[in-house]
Amino acid sequence: MVPITTFHYLVVAAALFVLGVIGVLTRRNVVIMLMSIELILNAVNLNLVAFSRMWGRLEGQVFAIFIVVDAAAEAAVGLGILIAFFRNKETINVDEIDLLKW
Amino acid sequence: MPNFIMSYLGSTVTPGEAGNQFWALIYVLIIFAAVSLAVVAMNWFERKALAHFQIRLGPMRVGPHGLLQPIADALKLALKEDIIPAEADQFVFWIAPVIGLLAAFTVYTVIPFGPSQAVSDMNIGVLFMLGVSSLGVLGIVVAGWASNSHYPLIGALRSSAQMVSYEVAMGLAVVSAVLMTSMKTGTGTLSMIGIVESQQQQGIWFIFKFFPLGLIAFVNFVIAMIAETNRAPFDMAEAESELTAGYHTEYSGLRWSLFMLAEYAAMIAVSSIAVTLWLGGWLRPFPNLLNAPAWDFIFSLFPGLTFGALAAVAVIGVMRMPVHPYFRVQRIGLAVFAALLGFIALFLLVIALAGRSSDATVAARFRDGIDYVYWFVLKVALFMYLFIWCRATWPRYRFDQLMRVGWKVLLPITLVVLILTAIVGVIVS
Amino acid sequence: MNPSLNMALISAFTTTTDPGMAPVATPFFFYLLSGLAVAGGFLVITRRNPVHCALALIVTLIAMAHLYLMLYAPFVAAVQIIVYAGGIMVLFLFVIMLVSIERASKDRRFNRIWPVGLAAACALMALFVSAFVKGRALFPDRMIAIPEGSNTQQVASMLYGEAGRMGQYTFAFEIASLLLLVAILGAVIMTKKKI
Repeated sequence: MVPITTFHYLVVAAALFVLGVIGVLTRRNVVIMLMSIELILNAVNLNLVAFSRMWGRLEGQVFAIFIVVDAAAEAAVGLGILIAFFRNKETINVDEIDLLKW
Repeated sequence: MPNFIMSYLGSTVTPGEAGNQFWALIYVLIIFAAVSLAVVAMNWFERKALAHFQIRLGPMRVGPHGLLQPIADALKLALKEDIIPAEADQFVFWIAPVIGLLAAFTVYTVIPFGPSQAVSDMNIGVLFMLGVSSLGVLGIVVAGWASNSHYPLIGALRSSAQMVSYEVAMGLAVVSAVLMTSMKTGTGTLSMIGIVESQQQQGIWFIFKFFPLGLIAFVNFVIAMIAETNRAPFDMAEAESELTAGYHTEYSGLRWSLFMLAEYAAMIAVSSIAVTLWLGGWLRPFPNLLNAPAWDFIFSLFPGLTFGALAAVAVIGVMRMPVHPYFRVQRIGLAVFAALLGFIALFLLVIALAGRSSDATVAARFRDGIDYVYWFVLKVALFMYLFIWCRATWPRYRFDQLMRVGWKVLLPITLVVLILTAIVGVIVS
Repeated sequence: MNPSLNMALISAFTTTTDPGMAPVATPFFFYLLSGLAVAGGFLVITRRNPVHCALALIVTLIAMAHLYLMLYAPFVAAVQIIVYAGGIMVLFLFVIMLVSIERASKDRRFNRIWPVGLAAACALMALFVSAFVKGRALFPDRMIAIPEGSNTQQVASMLYGEAGRMGQYTFAFEIASLLLLVAILGAVIMTKKKI
């Protein structure tokens, strides 16, 4: 079998990234859109860690940790907005969030 | 005995370190069997102890003193009809107990029962344990949701909020213990074995380190761990008087027993974390002070003597049983049980004597292994008793009180303890 | 049992003599884990029920934690499991249960402009493919081994610095803590009815 190289990891990360982008652009449910954003962030993380292994340096892993921190903050704020919105409009579908169009 | 088994018995490294998968598999099977057995024993002991707390007798009929009650219960649960509610989400309903069980049992891969008596020694051991044991909440949450019923849903909501809140306090308490590992050598460690070894090097259990900082962190961890395993007085998620049974209301038969198995396995797992971090893991009392070979021999007699004492208790039970034809089977059963315990005691004593002659033999290593596991299990057993004691003593919290305790009391205290530990550590070193 | 057979038995079940650099990055596990991750990601964007999506995402996250382990990044893997699988996903499930989804199960899954989104994603994928095909030389096949045993210490010394010196990323780390504080405050203010 072919030995696993950095390139293999990059391909997996790219696939996950594209899946996440599709999720963000096509789904209606805000919760699932947030999950897709998590997918995207994870794909970036995988890239960073794979590069860190390729160069033998730890910067990539440190950046991955920062991205995890960022993802936690993003999830907390995003879900907070979602709950506040659900309380007002009783919906979590993104195409019914159209107050600014009135 | 085949040579390679002997080499395993006398090994000084964990199977993970040796890279030996076959041996690791043996360890995993032993641990799985032992934990399952411990859960069964715990089930019996909890019912008996709770009964005696309330001046009742508890199970008495199935087997002598109800010893066979857990087995009868397991049989009953296995034969019960396995109901899946029509409105439930079939797949998620099926997978929820499995998630809890997997999370509870995966933790045991890094628990060090001795310096080489662990499946593997990860360099991120503590983080691994915290992370994997926090996955257990997923099983509960998902079970409550999949049942598609109100009580389980409320139980799941309570459980998720509770676990996420107490995880913070638990993690901070663990950090203050990990900080203590770096005191003498300058580099700390996250490996479970490394933490116990550093306690041996520093010559003090971390519960007594920087008194009372270690003690406060330990108490906080114990409170958080009771909340984390959803045990009384923090068992809001399965409060029987409010939510019938919380997240497992709709479960029956084998699946329900999987939940119980997961809960008890998780209890043993978090107790092991506490024992490893603060109570010196496998170390016997005063390992540095009393380290002469004579003391080694004396302490190696303890496991055999413990089983001997248990056998003596069983023998007394046989004597005290009423002499009546109805009790003949029970008497014989208890006598057989006493004989079993006695044989185990004899075996352990023989090993202790055999390992006495020299220090480097396989027998000596085996004796040491038994010793390590004995002290570890004894400490964990004390925690198990603590769980039962708490359950019998305290009334259940209200949910807002629970949240207030978690965020406004435990979290600030652990934070202050962490900062003080760091300051004292810098000053001392 | 004779010693040579004994040694043979031991070596048959022993993968390596050097535990520090065990070849964990075997192709089998890589394909298994990446397959799990991609399948989970696919389920996340296609399942109708948000709880199923969350479970699929958890599978993806755990598979990726194992991929990090294969890349000799145990600390990142542990952070991934603790923060993502144990924290963020529980939060997601909690919110999914709070915002009841009785109605959502009958709704349309995708929004009206989904063909546009799909086309955009396909364009992105084409970009990736072309970049990977043309720029194959940019990604050398080498894998430089990072010492795994001291991984946590090294990450820590980059974040906190060592021996009284500030680390390379200490300032960024403090900023990250500030970000978390702002996020906590924001979430509390957003969700609390009366402050």
